[in-house]
Amino acid sequence: MSVIEQFVSHHNYYVTILLMVSGLYIVIASGNMIKKLVGLSLFQTSVYLLYLSPAKIVGGTAPILDEKFQVYSNPLPHVLILTAIVVGIATISLGLAIVVRIYEVYGTIEEDEIFSSDGEI
Amino acid sequence: MEAYILMALLLLLTIVTIAIVFQRSLFAVVILAGIYSFLMATAMIVLDAVDVAMTEAAVGAGVATVFFLASLHLTRAREYPRPRAVWLPLFVAGVVGAALIGGTYDLPLFGSAASPIHQHIAPHYLNESMGETGVPNVVTAVLADYRSIDTLGETTVIFTAGIGIMVLLRGRRRRRGEDKDDVDPGARET
Amino acid sequence: MKYDVIMRIGVKLVLPFILLFAFYVHFHGDYGPGGGFQAGVMMAGMLILYAIVFGNDALNRVAPRSFVERCVPLGALLFASVGLIGPYFGYRYLDYAPLSTNSIHAREWGILLVELGVLITVAATMTSIYYAFTERGQS
Repeated sequence: MSVIEQFVSHHNYYVTILLMVSGLYIVIASGNMIKKLVGLSLFQTSVYLLYLSPAKIVGGTAPILDEKFQVYSNPLPHVLILTAIVVGIATISLGLAIVVRIYEVYGTIEEDEIFSSDGEI
Repeated sequence: MEAYILMALLLLLTIVTIAIVFQRSLFAVVILAGIYSFLMATAMIVLDAVDVAMTEAAVGAGVATVFFLASLHLTRAREYPRPRAVWLPLFVAGVVGAALIGGTYDLPLFGSAASPIHQHIAPHYLNESMGETGVPNVVTAVLADYRSIDTLGETTVIFTAGIGIMVLLRGRRRRRGEDKDDVDPGARET
Repeated sequence: MKYDVIMRIGVKLVLPFILLFAFYVHFHGDYGPGGGFQAGVMMAGMLILYAIVFGNDALNRVAPRSFVERCVPLGALLFASVGLIGPYFGYRYLDYAPLSTNSIHAREWGILLVELGVLITVAATMTSIYYAFTERGQS
């Protein structure tokens, strides 16, 4: 299989990996806690793509049964990810609430400043 | 055709992601994350996941953006210039990415009906659910009937997260600075 | 934004249709895309839009904070108690069979009730998160 064919048939995985790795990079490299949470949600969204793209059948349609269609995409990953999205926003909001409390106590949301002010005490 | 539309959408997603990585203003990051969610919802429609796309458009591009902006309002909207070395995170991300790309070689092709995911339980859901539940939307049938205990667990997680946020953000606000020389960490402002 | 006429009138025109669409998504979830999760988020989105334009006091009159916060466990309880109907009549947990003599009708009812529990929890949680964040900023 040539490199181009390999890329075309697996491009969904490559984009998923790119999104996942950029989320990971933001979580490690950024000291700002809100940006860390955005990175975390990028990571989460890449997992949605990882689940949904293998469920697709080319030429298929959405899994809502009708006599006019024969080929449907796989409904099971849709169910898993549907609930994961709503749970994801609830947990991200919990993280944001903790960030707000941290800001009220430390006066900053930069990780380095929090560590250094902990060192002073 | 579907694969090419998906490719274009994924290219746009990649561009938005790179913009998020390099953007320093948190306000812009939050708005870009909203754009990202909307593009992701469109890609999900191409992937035939209409229920998921509806959720992602309502949650990711709507409610999540509001919550992020609300917490920016309570904190501050600008990230400091990067004081730390970028090489370690780049190295970690690069190694993880390379390992994952190495793992894609024996994964099934995109859109192929012969891949293992379509052989296990999905045919049962697609062929039998109409007779067993009478619900044409298979996603709803699986969500609320076949896997309803799973959904009960997810609902409980949402409930728990909601309670956690209420507990964290209820009560009086502690101003910064005022409790700096407080010995008792439980002391509140008057 | 309280005195922006276009915003106020525009939002007032749009709000009932958002609510109607949320109910459509909920009750039509068996036949088209949608269900309790999506309808709950849409309903919460409608309340949040109302609060952004008219202020939290207006939202407090429509959906008081204490009421919304009580709805958060109510939905999960509704879901769990629908599941208890099964064991009471000798079936398994979350088996909808005793809800009706016709098995298709029973499942229809079960799915609708369970999705209603999901809708209540999701809508109430999202609205109370908004309350928690915004009231924090004003206190």
